[in-house]
Amino acid sequence: MTVLAEQAGVRSRTAALSGALAVTFLLFALHVAVGSKTLSPATLLEAIFSPDEKAFEHMIVWQLRLPRALTAMSVGAALSVAGALMQGVTRNPLADPGLLGLMAGASFAVVMASQFLGVTAYSAIPFIAVIGALGAALIVGLIALWVPGGTSPLTLTLTGAVISAFLGALIAIAHLLDEESFDSLRIWLSGSLSGRDLDIFAMTAPWIGAGLVASVLLARQVTALAMGDDVAKGLGVRTGWLKLQLLLTVVVLTAGAVALAGPLGFVGLVIPHAVRLFVGSDYRWIVPYSMVLGAAYLLVVDIIARTAIAPREISTGIITAMVGAPVFIQLVRMKAR
Amino acid sequence: MSARDSIRLEAQALSAGYGGASILSDIDLTVPAARLTVLVGANGSGKSTLLKTMARILRPNSGSVLLDGKSVHRIKTREIARKLGHLPQGPVAPEGLTVRELVAQGRFPHQGLLRQWTSEDEAAVTDAMETADIAGFADRPVDSLSGGQRQRCWIAMALAQQTELLLLDEPTTFLDLKVQVDLMELLAGLAHERGRTLVVVLHELSLAASYADYLVMMKEGRIACAGTPGEVFTASHIKDVFDLDAKVIHDLDTGHLVCVPTGTHAQRKTVEQVA
Repeated sequence: MTVLAEQAGVRSRTAALSGALAVTFLLFALHVAVGSKTLSPATLLEAIFSPDEKAFEHMIVWQLRLPRALTAMSVGAALSVAGALMQGVTRNPLADPGLLGLMAGASFAVVMASQFLGVTAYSAIPFIAVIGALGAALIVGLIALWVPGGTSPLTLTLTGAVISAFLGALIAIAHLLDEESFDSLRIWLSGSLSGRDLDIFAMTAPWIGAGLVASVLLARQVTALAMGDDVAKGLGVRTGWLKLQLLLTVVVLTAGAVALAGPLGFVGLVIPHAVRLFVGSDYRWIVPYSMVLGAAYLLVVDIIARTAIAPREISTGIITAMVGAPVFIQLVRMKAR
Repeated sequence: MSARDSIRLEAQALSAGYGGASILSDIDLTVPAARLTVLVGANGSGKSTLLKTMARILRPNSGSVLLDGKSVHRIKTREIARKLGHLPQGPVAPEGLTVRELVAQGRFPHQGLLRQWTSEDEAAVTDAMETADIAGFADRPVDSLSGGQRQRCWIAMALAQQTELLLLDEPTTFLDLKVQVDLMELLAGLAHERGRTLVVVLHELSLAASYADYLVMMKEGRIACAGTPGEVFTASHIKDVFDLDAKVIHDLDTGHLVCVPTGTHAQRKTVEQVA
């Protein structure tokens, strides 16, 4: 029997995905190795496999570099997948994890909790971010239900933008009221990966992990949903239930990413589009590729953020768009030819 | 497959609409098995609403839709999708989706989380693409094709679903006449040669009269008349249902019924001008 067309496609795409994974792993190693003090591969391996608490270089790896690399990877993966799902559900190419006010809601909740309620426990931050994101989505949903015809994609998007702007304004007011203690949050609000330790990563990782697993499991249905509600229903998709599952998944992923790195833009919008240029419109591929490419992209960006003007570093959120925009434009040009 | 053991679809005292407003009222319809049923009616007469309610996309306000004697709203979504395919009006494929990928979506209800793509799925997709005559551009993006080719892709997707029942909402709208005829040939062939039961909403009256085995005329949310085209495709019904002054001509060469509107500004031709 001849090789099934579907299987042939699966093989080549699986091979490419494995390649991308390998590259991501190398980037991960590079990310840990470079910095204000560059470590040799030997030191790196030694630090990881036979850590010595007294060795300064081993401490750098465990306390600074590894947490940060893991953070970059999870944030990149979470935001890209959240963006891809959001674009699929809304059939809106400009959708990103910030749509429906999710990102602003998560940021707002974290800022308020840490500034005014004095919540600083790492374990609480992912929770607070999830509640903030859900709260914002709920407000957007309620407004949409309250306005006649408000559940249309256009009104939902606009309401989301308005709520984001409103929460942004509240954050700015909080900033004005308490400028000094706000300084530490200012960097976080521009999207930063610095100062993360393994504790906060460990608290957030289960959330992001669960969101990523759910995304992979739901991916097949998203492809059907992306063809419109009626087509999806005709194919046997329970669209209402699926959308709820997807919303919760996107909330958890976005909130997890915000808890770790603040409201980081660009990744969730652009990485899924870059992925689509290569793997097409099937979410069974878009989701895993977005995961890997998002992780790899944020590793690269963070390497640049830490080394471009070393020993000082630039906020990762600033570099994501600065590096990403020209790269993305070049990708589109290459593909159009 | 004989008509006897085919799945029966019927609507009983069906009322439905959007957001409380009623569009359909008191519809009784039994869809003849292994036949091509065509729904016609003026814009807003409830054709699409009826199709959607029968496809379980819209919940009825009252009455019921029965599939083999069982209310469709009591059957699981996925189970319905294995028996009944529905193609909405003017579906749009996501940018970049290839023809093969689109058609493969038709296998959705047959797959599960753990059930992988099988040679059976592959065969269904290949067969659907050949039947719809789109195998030649299987690897092209759907959005790069012409309207008629695109419509064939969607029909192929519904075919790959391998359902006994197919409900299609205006599959021929905006297409060239030749493409419309090709599509209707394809659909009629599915009913007559493969024993599929089809319900199709159409706009073009003469096309409907030519291809329907069973013609349903709808007016203001009700069924005005239903039967074979010979029974119901008459000038008086057309006047009643569409408020259109027209003549129905029986073309003796083809045996088709043709609807000719009799507008006053339409130009008369003398016998010499036509010859």
